[in-house]
Amino acid sequence: MTAMARIIGIDLGTTNSLVAYMKDGKPCVIPGRAGRAMVPSVVAMTDNGLIVGDSAKEHLTRSPERTVYSVKRFMGKSLADVQNELAYFPYALTEQGGVIRIKLGEKTYSPPQISAMILKELKQRAEAHLGESITKAVITVPAYFNDSQRQATKDAGLIAGLEVLRIINEPTAASLAYGLQDKTQGTIAVYDFGGGTFDISILKLKNGIFEVLATNGDTHLGGDDLDRRIADLFLSEIQTGHHIDLTASPDHMQAVRLEAERAKIRLSDELNTQIEVELPDGKGRYSRELTRDQLESMVMEIIERTLAPCRLALKDAELTTAQIDEIVLVGGSTRMPLVRQRVQELFGKQPHCNLNPDEVVALGAAVQADILSGGTTDMLLLDVTPLSLGIETMGGVMSSLIRRNTTIPASAKELFTTYVDGQTGVDIHILQGERELVKDNRSLARFRLKVPPLPAGVPRIEVTFLIDANGILNVTAADMRTGQRQSIDVKPSYGLSDNEVERMIEDSFKFAQEDVTARKLIEARLDAEALIVTTEKSLAEGGRLVAEDVLASIRAALSALTSAKDGHDPKAIRARMADLELAAKPLSVALLDDSLKRTLQGKTVTEIM
Amino acid sequence: MDHHHAHSTGSRDLRMARSMCWHCQSEMAGEYFCERCVKVQPVSKDTDYFICFGLPRRLTIDQNKLEAKFYELSRAFHPDFYQNKSDAEQAISLGNSATLNTAYRTLRDPIQRAEYLLDLEAGSVKEIRTSPPSDLFEEILELQETVEAYRASDRDSETGREILAQLVAERQALDQRKQDMEHQLEQLFTDWDTLQDRGDATSQARAERDRLLKQMREILSNRTYVKNIVNDLAETIE
Ligand SMILES: Nc1ncnc2c1ncn2[C@@H]1O[C@H](COP(=O)(O)OP(=O)(O)O)[C@@H](O)[C@H]1O
Ligand SMILES: [Mg+2]
Repeated sequence: MTAMARIIGIDLGTTNSLVAYMKDGKPCVIPGRAGRAMVPSVVAMTDNGLIVGDSAKEHLTRSPERTVYSVKRFMGKSLADVQNELAYFPYALTEQGGVIRIKLGEKTYSPPQISAMILKELKQRAEAHLGESITKAVITVPAYFNDSQRQATKDAGLIAGLEVLRIINEPTAASLAYGLQDKTQGTIAVYDFGGGTFDISILKLKNGIFEVLATNGDTHLGGDDLDRRIADLFLSEIQTGHHIDLTASPDHMQAVRLEAERAKIRLSDELNTQIEVELPDGKGRYSRELTRDQLESMVMEIIERTLAPCRLALKDAELTTAQIDEIVLVGGSTRMPLVRQRVQELFGKQPHCNLNPDEVVALGAAVQADILSGGTTDMLLLDVTPLSLGIETMGGVMSSLIRRNTTIPASAKELFTTYVDGQTGVDIHILQGERELVKDNRSLARFRLKVPPLPAGVPRIEVTFLIDANGILNVTAADMRTGQRQSIDVKPSYGLSDNEVERMIEDSFKFAQEDVTARKLIEARLDAEALIVTTEKSLAEGGRLVAEDVLASIRAALSALTSAKDGHDPKAIRARMADLELAAKPLSVALLDDSLKRTLQGKTVTEIM
Repeated sequence: MDHHHAHSTGSRDLRMARSMCWHCQSEMAGEYFCERCVKVQPVSKDTDYFICFGLPRRLTIDQNKLEAKFYELSRAFHPDFYQNKSDAEQAISLGNSATLNTAYRTLRDPIQRAEYLLDLEAGSVKEIRTSPPSDLFEEILELQETVEAYRASDRDSETGREILAQLVAERQALDQRKQDMEHQLEQLFTDWDTLQDRGDATSQARAERDRLLKQMREILSNRTYVKNIVNDLAETIE
């Protein structure tokens, strides 16, 4: 077997993203410079280019219109899909070719492009940590993601310069990490409640095989929804109590949203907490106390919404709650006591909380990456497709070809013929969903099957619908009479075309250039600031030790650096820094001499010898 | 594997897509892997699922053995283990895994297993029934009227609630009927297997075989019909 390039595992979350790899048979997450493993999934467009993660998060309230968070909610979606939550997002959304576009300054970006920026950050982090170039990855998605959402995730990888060897489901990834650690056998339920999505997966673990029996979920249900509920309360109280409508002020809206989230998080450990929100135009502040009970009664209904998918998954797996041996909690929102309580009540069993719910998905992705590279050979994940796949038939009805919860890879064949003499094409509309009517399901793609012109009913074209191990559909067709295969140009209903992805990959190289410049500028500014502070301190301490002309040139160099720092050219900043260092040299020498002298003065000759 | 050893049950059914290795062109002797170049071989979509899992063609099967074999073959075919192989091998791995998953799903469920076996023995039973089974004819027509009435009624009214109660009772009755059919089937399955185990080639055995096939076919299709009605009914009243 040939040695394979390293494959990293990535948890591309709604709120937080992480990267992990396999080290000596154990998965571990890769921390950033500040030692934190989680990268907030936030991208900000600043005057100096795009920034990602913790530093971007600071821009949420500073420049909300240009700071994108929770972009995962828009992956594989059209504008119509998210119509009723548009008001919550401060950045502008448009649509082009069935794909949402996010406006940042002059340019618009598709959600895969924004996600690619987060992926690139993780890629660079891994490269810095491992000291090698990284080009291959396993990326996780919510189990209940449909084909378009998976495809969009794959596109994001491509745009980031990553070959996505596998898309795996978040709860199943978690089960891999869990199974590796606990070597459990039996039936487990993974309850994954994060920032934007909810998944439940039921698996059977036996002799290293992780067989998913059923999965269910809601790709639009998460901690974000709880925050909104709380923020809505604050906003209406500010409206009635202070007569201020904050909805017109995006930065204050963000401040309220963030305060709501912080309060929610605090109330997982405390029974009550103090809320403080600064109001605009010096109109004072909004403050109130919020108790855990109040929080719980507000969000109870949202948490209840996670229970119906759990019941459906159990039903599909043909299991009762008593037959579940262990419940594994994943995702930041499972830290809420109410969530744990409701899960425990439903399953009649205490959930397992020994794993770090923030990291377990990334760790599982690393395990899957190691399986793909041939490192781990005793474990195998057999996942399922979350949604039924079908095609449109007469009367606007969906005819199901592959049922939900079918183990993947899965395939189905369908024979097509013509109804009219000489007909040269058959239009096929592919759908995903559980409803009877086409209009109630998700349109995935359309394509036209080419048919040789023959009398009606004579052509026999067999179309194979194959869902691969990523949960992504592949379509092929063959003429049964001639055995000839035909290539199919599938037009996705809610996705980027191949050409578009290609162009975005090219663009991303351009951005990469801009990103490097942005990074250099930020670093130069930080260094300049540090230099200014130390020079000013030296001036205060030793100004009297040097000649007036030296002082004058130091002051001139200082002001030159201060104005360069406000500019956008890192090279100029570095040059002014060098100037200042040169001008301040006599001062630092004088200070050194002075301190040496003073040290010596206090001591006897013998001590010096 | 000993390649001189012929399969006990109909080795003609163990059909690879080709009899020659697609890669080294040597004659195929191994089951799923060429014995010479160790390359994985495409499993034909028409392969007999029972043979695929090394099980006798019976209606009652050893579920543990089925599962163990499924896991074993999954480890042999799954795309995870073909990541650094050629495109051709990756394509075969994908196709084989999909076929294996279909085979497992089919044999794991007793009803699907029976339908599959009947299909092998006597052609498809899955043709969609458009008319209700004769003994249920009246009952189902009446039921459909009640469902219509329910749909048209105000659900919170007295009549709405009355009709609902009627439908709930009806659903229970149909569920019971479905279960009865499943018990009948279980008995027929056992009879079939016993007949197969005896392996008699008498005309009497042949007649018995045909009778069992016909009966199973009839009940299977009635059961599907009733099942669909129960599902529809459940959707209407839930
Ligand atoms: N202690 C806590 N109590 C309640 N919610 C929390 C806590 N910690 C984090 N969260 C919430 O968890 C969500 C993020 O979870 P995470 O698993 O990182 O999400 P995702 O996978 O969607 O990125 C956010 O909504 C956050 O507010
Ligand atoms: Mg997550």
